[in-house]
Amino acid sequence: MTATTTHDGAGPRVDAGSAPDQGATSKKGLRSGKGSGSDRLVPGPTPTATASSPVTAAQARESQTPSPRAGQRETMTGAASLVRSLEAMGVDVVFGLPGGAILPTYDPLLDSPTVRHILVRHEQGSGHAAQGYASATGRVGVCLATSGPGATNLVTSIADAHMDSVPMVAITGQVGSAAIGTDAFQEADIVGITMPITKHNYLVTNPDDIPRVIAEAFHIAASGRPGPVLVDVTKDAQQATTTFSWPPTFDLDGYKPTTKPHARQVREAAKLIAAAERPVLYVGGGVIRSGASDALTALVEVSNAPVVTTLMARGALPDSHPNNLGMPGMHGTVAAVTALQKSDLLICLGARFDDRVTGLLSSFAPHAAVIHADIDPAEIGKNRKVDVPIVGDARDTISALVPALKAEHDAGNTADLGQWWRQLDQLRETYPLGYDEPEDGSLSPQHVIQRIGQLSGPDTIYTSGVGQHQMWAAQFIKYEKPGTWLNSGGLGTMGYAVPAAMGAKVGVPGSTVWAIDGDGCFQMTNQELATCALNDIPIKVAVINNSSLGMVRQWQTLFYEGRYSNTDLHTGAAVEMGSRIPDFVKLADAYGCAGLRCERPEDLDATIEAAMAINDRPVVVDFVVHRDAMVWPMVTAGLPNDAIQYARGITPIWDRDESSNPETVRGETADDERTGDEQTGADR
Amino acid sequence: MSRHTLSVLVQNRPAVLMRVAALFARRAFNIESLAVGPTENPETSRITVVVDVDDLPLEQVVKQLNKLVNVLKVAELDAEASVQRELLLVKVRADGVTRPQVMAVTDLFRTHVVDVAPDAMVIEAIGRPEKNAALLRALEPFGIRETVQSGLVGLSRGPKALADRSRA
Repeated sequence: MTATTTHDGAGPRVDAGSAPDQGATSKKGLRSGKGSGSDRLVPGPTPTATASSPVTAAQARESQTPSPRAGQRETMTGAASLVRSLEAMGVDVVFGLPGGAILPTYDPLLDSPTVRHILVRHEQGSGHAAQGYASATGRVGVCLATSGPGATNLVTSIADAHMDSVPMVAITGQVGSAAIGTDAFQEADIVGITMPITKHNYLVTNPDDIPRVIAEAFHIAASGRPGPVLVDVTKDAQQATTTFSWPPTFDLDGYKPTTKPHARQVREAAKLIAAAERPVLYVGGGVIRSGASDALTALVEVSNAPVVTTLMARGALPDSHPNNLGMPGMHGTVAAVTALQKSDLLICLGARFDDRVTGLLSSFAPHAAVIHADIDPAEIGKNRKVDVPIVGDARDTISALVPALKAEHDAGNTADLGQWWRQLDQLRETYPLGYDEPEDGSLSPQHVIQRIGQLSGPDTIYTSGVGQHQMWAAQFIKYEKPGTWLNSGGLGTMGYAVPAAMGAKVGVPGSTVWAIDGDGCFQMTNQELATCALNDIPIKVAVINNSSLGMVRQWQTLFYEGRYSNTDLHTGAAVEMGSRIPDFVKLADAYGCAGLRCERPEDLDATIEAAMAINDRPVVVDFVVHRDAMVWPMVTAGLPNDAIQYARGITPIWDRDESSNPETVRGETADDERTGDEQTGADR
Repeated sequence: MSRHTLSVLVQNRPAVLMRVAALFARRAFNIESLAVGPTENPETSRITVVVDVDDLPLEQVVKQLNKLVNVLKVAELDAEASVQRELLLVKVRADGVTRPQVMAVTDLFRTHVVDVAPDAMVIEAIGRPEKNAALLRALEPFGIRETVQSGLVGLSRGPKALADRSRA
């Protein structure tokens, strides 16, 4: 016996009177067993799609969407039911690419009055576009693909959404149910493949299940800790006749995310915060996903605690806020990294003690008690022992912490943070983020990114690929608002920037969207420029072109004696940098985009402004930058955060006595201490 | 490391067993045994899984299991407060000379002979894993041809049922 018996217990049931129809091709006899009176047509003037009036089906539908009349039943194909379900969920855009097994669904999609389909050039692009859309708008992103290779091309973006908790629904066609398991043409077990990288997934073989499954998928994707849900629908389920009614009844007895924090835990946390002398608010992406920025600002005001915003949380608190120490982690600011290490209390809000933040886990924040608030109970205690666990939505939790902390203060429980702030302010002054201009007069990549941020401003949405340019964009652009910094943090997916920018621009068409990309990343997904050009999605792409896989090259410089194995991309101009293959300006032109190039610092502002002025088509700017620039500060992978280097060979040191001034010591480089097997997974 | 028995109530859906088993593999949790079958309710199945982990990773196992949408309840079956059984079938050499001796062992362990051939017998044993292990040791001298055993299944003692618990 296995648990894999066929599910037939829940969902629409066969009415006793029509039981003989069961198994026949006609499903007209199927009635819902749930909801009284749901099986009679709604009388009155409301036209149904089948009414013999001049009203077209589309018009009739338009009058009903996004919330069709409850209980009304219409006969249609599974494919039409799928499209109707998307309409009923309020979906306004789907990124996808058709193929054999999803063809039935593309037919009614053509007539949908509310769902706009954007035809991508590669399914991975549809997934990242859905992520970008979701991250920029807070709504569920939707992507659509066919079976087999269409579905497997989605895998990277699904995994990315899973790691970064992005609400996304991926819909795939599947071969006919009779062909499943036969190695049929374009068959892949995408439900099996994506099981470890989805929050949940479905194989739908019965068209009657479609509305329920779609509604559940959106609910699961958006609620609790958000994540991707995949719905795989067999071709025969799309083609068969079924009845559609809305809303369907959920069948989710095993899914009950906890969103309200426990009051006693909140009081306990407030007590610790009030008493802490060296508290740090360690803020993660959960704060952005839950829309908790306002609540966070209030908590910062009440507590006056310093704040570090992780890579996923840049913008959760304005960078201009005096309590914001910047980003912690491998390439975090000295102040943020040190604050965590010296803290006596970490207030971790929607973050997960990722290895890129903690460095060597056993040496992370060794003196700190930990309050860990997260909506996912499995994150609490996963990496770090927790003193006060709080399971709940970040916004609800932080909102509850504010009055609880005020009550502590009113009761006279307030620690003096003066000494702590003096120490941190000194670190900020001594070790600000910075970079050296190249001596040969070439463009500095950090400067390019910084100027884009300054000239485009805080209302712009920035996306990035993965690598050096990503870290510089996280460091040197000042984020003032949540949802303006979209990147692939957990999975580290090169190629995220362009399609994510496309999705963000579709979701927030009024915003300027800059993709800060690398020359390596850009070559992975730049085919979506065609999608952007043809669909009036005028994104701006800054290719930070150092003619290399820059982050890998940086590691080769630091840890492999400068042996540059396979990191030269030949996209630069100078002789030693290659031959401009491809020429990004010509490539932009070929895709119907504006192509610009900037190679000298004196042209920088004018080039950015020229790109900003073009809004009728996408713009690609080839910023040819110095290739030896490195990302600093840096904590070498596998080393304690205390070994942070401010720049190569420059390590701040400090006494255990907190009152002493930090000093800077040259020549004590972390890479001397490094052992080979401590290196874990170079970013690309 | 220590052994823990988890009782997992799941919705009776396709691929639920795969979801649970894949979770253990993905998170590098070591499964010692796994048994799955229907329950008193046709809508649910029950998985009993024995894992060899320390307390802290065990907490992770339970939390990760609870995240699976099809998982309804997870509870640890305490060895003292539950009944736990495993089914073991053993094919042992037994000819005319040794058969009475083998029979004596099976009687001693209160097990059953379920098949007899001129030179072998199949013995069915139901009990706690330790008892079945002891039986195997006792039969070893006669020559064990092959064995097969089910995963452990268990129920808590007393009136409470898993489905009653923690209706949050």
